[in-house]
Amino acid sequence: MIEIRFHGRGGQGAALASSIIAEAFFREGKEVQSFPMFGVERRGAPVAAYIRVDDKPIRVKCEIEEPNYVLVLDPTLTEAVDVTAGVKPGGTIIVNTPKEPADAGLDGDFEVVTVDGSSIAVENGLGSRLAPIVNTTMLGALAAGSGVVGIDAVADAISTYFPKDDGKNANAARRAYEVLTG
Amino acid sequence: MKQVVTGNHTLSYGAKICRAQVVSAYPITPQTQVVERISEFVADGEMDAIFIKVESEHSAMAACIGASAAGARTFTATSAQGLALMHEMLHWAANARTPVVMGNINRGMGPPWTIWTDQIDSLSQRDTGWMQFYCESNQDVLDSMIIAFKVAENENVLMPAMIVLDSFVLSHTTEPVDFPDQDKLDEFLPPYKAKYTVDPDNPHTFGGLTGPDRYYELKWLECEAMDRAKELIPQVGAEFGEWFGRPHVMVKPYRCDDAEIVMVVSGTIASTTKDAIDELRDEGMSVGSAKVWTFRPFPSEAVRELLRGRKQVIVIDRNVSFGHEGIFCTETKGAMYNEADRPSIRNFIAGLGGRDVKVRDIKEMFHLAQKDDTPDPYWYGLKT
Repeated sequence: MIEIRFHGRGGQGAALASSIIAEAFFREGKEVQSFPMFGVERRGAPVAAYIRVDDKPIRVKCEIEEPNYVLVLDPTLTEAVDVTAGVKPGGTIIVNTPKEPADAGLDGDFEVVTVDGSSIAVENGLGSRLAPIVNTTMLGALAAGSGVVGIDAVADAISTYFPKDDGKNANAARRAYEVLTG
Repeated sequence: MKQVVTGNHTLSYGAKICRAQVVSAYPITPQTQVVERISEFVADGEMDAIFIKVESEHSAMAACIGASAAGARTFTATSAQGLALMHEMLHWAANARTPVVMGNINRGMGPPWTIWTDQIDSLSQRDTGWMQFYCESNQDVLDSMIIAFKVAENENVLMPAMIVLDSFVLSHTTEPVDFPDQDKLDEFLPPYKAKYTVDPDNPHTFGGLTGPDRYYELKWLECEAMDRAKELIPQVGAEFGEWFGRPHVMVKPYRCDDAEIVMVVSGTIASTTKDAIDELRDEGMSVGSAKVWTFRPFPSEAVRELLRGRKQVIVIDRNVSFGHEGIFCTETKGAMYNEADRPSIRNFIAGLGGRDVKVRDIKEMFHLAQKDDTPDPYWYGLKT
């Protein structure tokens, strides 16, 4: 089973992004489960969302403690919460930040991948410099950084959720994927 | 066709494909998304139904009773304080024999204010005359809903039914759900044809003042109807299996065949328990689990059949009756009491107010139940 945790701030769309990525895995023939942190989401407060992926039906209905992958939507979150908590040895943390991985301030037995998701989102018409909408962009980064889900499935799932956005969200995801995979 | 949806939206799509004709509801966390989506279906013309906005849950249920009495297939959804506010009308729906189907998202009762799962809201409505189906997955939510409409509307039953799911752990969790083909479902669940309906052109009084010479018999008729529901649910559950590939039984065993010990569970804990059973089996333990799907009617015969002759039964309750014990435990003990060969029954309280119940917690409860000095009932994981 693959377990993934998203960190975001209330209003950034972490929970929605978790549903979209679950849909993407599902389209690749996987069994999936996604859920938001079981809490009261306040705008701006740190929130989390979770995804389980497996080849067989998923029966466990409890929180995820040891994720294989972590996706951090907001660059300031790494100072507010311990995004490395419980990450499986050899796992990957993918962070939205213009910094290089070595400068992200995250140390441990895991790989750190960074991408300037905020800039990519704004370049694709998603939000403004002060308030970029990064959730879908970062799903492209997750596809690249984890290698466990295809970018086409991710883009398709995004398009299903945003049928009238002229492809902005899917394009932003593809751009983040391209930046990371060269 | 399979779709990845939350438990809440499973109820919304369920109401649509079951062709509910009247929906009346008042929003409450964590149920809001259920009726939000239904209102969109109705507004967009995707669902041929009347959506009645009301000022409270009490009025929502009153509207549902009226619609059902007029012969409409009727659905609503609520949770916790909202369900409690409906209490008077819950009795009315059952006593008026209106087969309303309702989704209830299990949520604890305040204070302290809470939005997380706890079975106490629905279990507190035990004696209102509603059937109650406790679900372990979103697929279970959909299947239970279809079966509930079919059983509730059967002219030999005519009792309302509640589809019960855990707050957040199901309500906000997405999973793949297999939605049946609409034509096939229409055939399995044809339109509700009420035998007796309110009709302005042919006025009658329903539920008027009834003295001691008749009231008592009316209660007997309701009890008989619930007994018939208890016979019908496994029949419809089996029929559902033939049509859609997923048979349903009132008590669902998992790896129980040779098990000396059986863990009795409900709701989403029943799902997680299966992984715990697999691990305990790998460790050489003789254990299985049993999911109680219907709490009312309570499947006493099926419980006896499954638990008779076992060495031990462990009931995990995500609820508690203050001054006594977990409610599923009391019911299980009641069903087993007259059995000559009855197992010892241990009770664990766990997961109240959304406290997470993990695979290792369930395994730990199993091991604690093997110790003589573990109190009974035992509040698992209590912080001191």
